[in-house]
Amino acid sequence: MSLQLDFPAVLERWPNFLAGAALTLELAAFATVLGALFGTLAAVGRGARSPLIAGACKVYVETIRNTPLLVQIFLVYFGLASLGLKFSAFTVAVAALTINVGAYTAEIMRAGFEAIPRGQIEAAEGLALSRLQIYWHIILLPAIEKVYPALTSQFVLLMLASSVCSQISAEELTAVANYIQSDTYRAFETYIIVAVLYVILSLVMRAGFWGLGLVLFPRRRRLGTPL
Amino acid sequence: MQQNPSSSEPIVSLRDVQKSFGPLRVLDGVSFAVERGEVLALIGRSGSGKSTALRCIDRFEKVDGGEIVVCGHRVDRPDVDLRALRQDVGIVFQSYNLFPHLTIEQNITLAPCAVKGMATSQARDLARKVLAQVGLEEKLHAYPEQLSGGQQQRAAIARSLAMQPKVMLFDEVTSALDPELTAEVLKVIEQLAADGMTMVMVTHEMGFAKGIADRIVFMHRGKVHETGPASILTSPATPELTQFVGTGNLKS
Repeated sequence: MSLQLDFPAVLERWPNFLAGAALTLELAAFATVLGALFGTLAAVGRGARSPLIAGACKVYVETIRNTPLLVQIFLVYFGLASLGLKFSAFTVAVAALTINVGAYTAEIMRAGFEAIPRGQIEAAEGLALSRLQIYWHIILLPAIEKVYPALTSQFVLLMLASSVCSQISAEELTAVANYIQSDTYRAFETYIIVAVLYVILSLVMRAGFWGLGLVLFPRRRRLGTPL
Repeated sequence: MQQNPSSSEPIVSLRDVQKSFGPLRVLDGVSFAVERGEVLALIGRSGSGKSTALRCIDRFEKVDGGEIVVCGHRVDRPDVDLRALRQDVGIVFQSYNLFPHLTIEQNITLAPCAVKGMATSQARDLARKVLAQVGLEEKLHAYPEQLSGGQQQRAAIARSLAMQPKVMLFDEVTSALDPELTAEVLKVIEQLAADGMTMVMVTHEMGFAKGIADRIVFMHRGKVHETGPASILTSPATPELTQFVGTGNLKS
């Protein structure tokens, strides 16, 4: 039994790999931004006074957290199709990933909100700030800072999980790999390259979040201490 | 300052206020009033209801019965305009509660800008002014964690002052501080009193209460047990107050 690896045969398809990696990053970027917004709203919604809003947010979070991502993607993909709505695979993938990561973001953000001391909110109320202003000025950034490592890990996980979007023929990295290995019959080499590319994408995202953290938390930049 | 239709009305008045936490009756018919420019000290043992009474004034607690009027706002009513009430009332807490992610300047300018719509440059001038009042001009761009406890509490007072309240509430503001830091905070409060600020303070600093308060309200078991000028601390009428001030509480 001998292992013979022929990387050059696979590597000559580098433009396809690059395009796939770019699409994966694009998918992840859209889903991260939209999912962060959506999930934060859901986290705020879970604390709403109205039991209807709080209940709806809870049902959303629990449903998503207890079903597989692939099934969610199929539900969005075939659901929209059976409604007669035609969207590109990319749009469907972004929508499904957003819904998915939104639920996890909501749970993480809720933990962040709950970590804000009651006294902070009382002080803000005592200064006549409105509920919305309190969320925006007092709670949001410290809450994000408290859960930032968990939050950014979740977004990197999302990028990795986006590989299942290959199932609805979104032309992301894993889908590209599937074509290349069936063209070249060099499956092992192909997936080694893909794995390396995913590692690079993860590192790129982590570097990005590190930089974003510097912008978001100026106090931390100056003093270096966690809240 | 002519906000009330009749200026002779008290700034704060509580009448027969009732409040329970579950089966525990914390306020059992509490009544007192604070006139404009007056400094009222609420004293009593832990659990006597003094902090709860103070928090009811700014509606951090909802009362079960009785009437509370603060700067013309009917605080006991469910439809009270909380934000209007809290623009008239400043409150300072034992645990400072500065916003840790904001500089001292941002802590101070936030509410004037967000609530009153003040221009940023004007709010910054105001921040300098109120910080000078508490002797912290040089800390404008520091973050709360870079300040000592006493400095943080003075900054919290400045933050409240920036909203130009008609009455200030102090809830055991020196209880977390050592004697030296306590002294610097009390000096600031004394200056406020001298400037004519109306104040209600819950305090364990009997010597300070005696020196600054126009009136003392001694609370015991959810009731106003004894009230009068600061002299009641040296010649109390009831055995409970005698015991309270006699147990080493009266440092002068």
